[in-house]
Amino acid sequence: MLTRRSTMALGLGAAAVTIVPLKASASAVDEAVAEFTGGAAISDGGVTIIAPEIAENGENVPVEVDAPGATEIMILATGNPTPAVARVRFGEAAGAPRLATRLRLGETQEVVALAKLADGSVIRGGTEVRVTIGGCGG
Amino acid sequence: MSNVRPRIRLPRSARAGDVVQVRTLISHPMETGNRRDPDGNAIPRHIINRFTCEYDGKLVLDVDMGISVAANPYMEFDVKVDESAEFVFTWYDDDGSIYTETEHLELS
Repeated sequence: MLTRRSTMALGLGAAAVTIVPLKASASAVDEAVAEFTGGAAISDGGVTIIAPEIAENGENVPVEVDAPGATEIMILATGNPTPAVARVRFGEAAGAPRLATRLRLGETQEVVALAKLADGSVIRGGTEVRVTIGGCGG
Repeated sequence: MSNVRPRIRLPRSARAGDVVQVRTLISHPMETGNRRDPDGNAIPRHIINRFTCEYDGKLVLDVDMGISVAANPYMEFDVKVDESAEFVFTWYDDDGSIYTETEHLELS
């Protein structure tokens, strides 16, 4: 039987189902990081991220990652439902381990870039981007 | 998808041994799969999931893309050019389509 209380609970449940997938859980970020590092330790520094401090439109946020010496980089939008934005493998014709692209950011969050160096070690950089209007909405 | 249009910007001139900047953009909605249409139905995910660039038969970069890449994916990167050769740019669509562009760069 549907009492008022159970109806409300149903409503709350539905709301939770709607909201939860729109935000990355810490574990989604951890999983993406682990997949990239393969368990290697991460040290801070050596990765430059250029992104606006404030993004008025989260639908289109320019982000540039530069990681001298890297063979591979991964860009993570840590506050998005699916944090892994892009994974880049550089080949022998690459002039520099650098990529500039444009991201969707659902809300204010830290954009993180990981870079794998030739010896397998992983370095990390991050920058906070304040988002005025989110870029993951419907 | 049929209305997809790649655009590529190469430097006007370059010399052997230079590192040149290449910019690419391809028109594509990059539908995330998280949105709903006005009737409340989920709009299925439809993105370009991979982009590669080769120069002179050698890999420049290979990018796996997720749903957080903005619509009309833009990529700007650096290429070491040792000889006049062809660029090959390839985009891979979720629907199985593959879009390829080639551009010749003549070094001075």
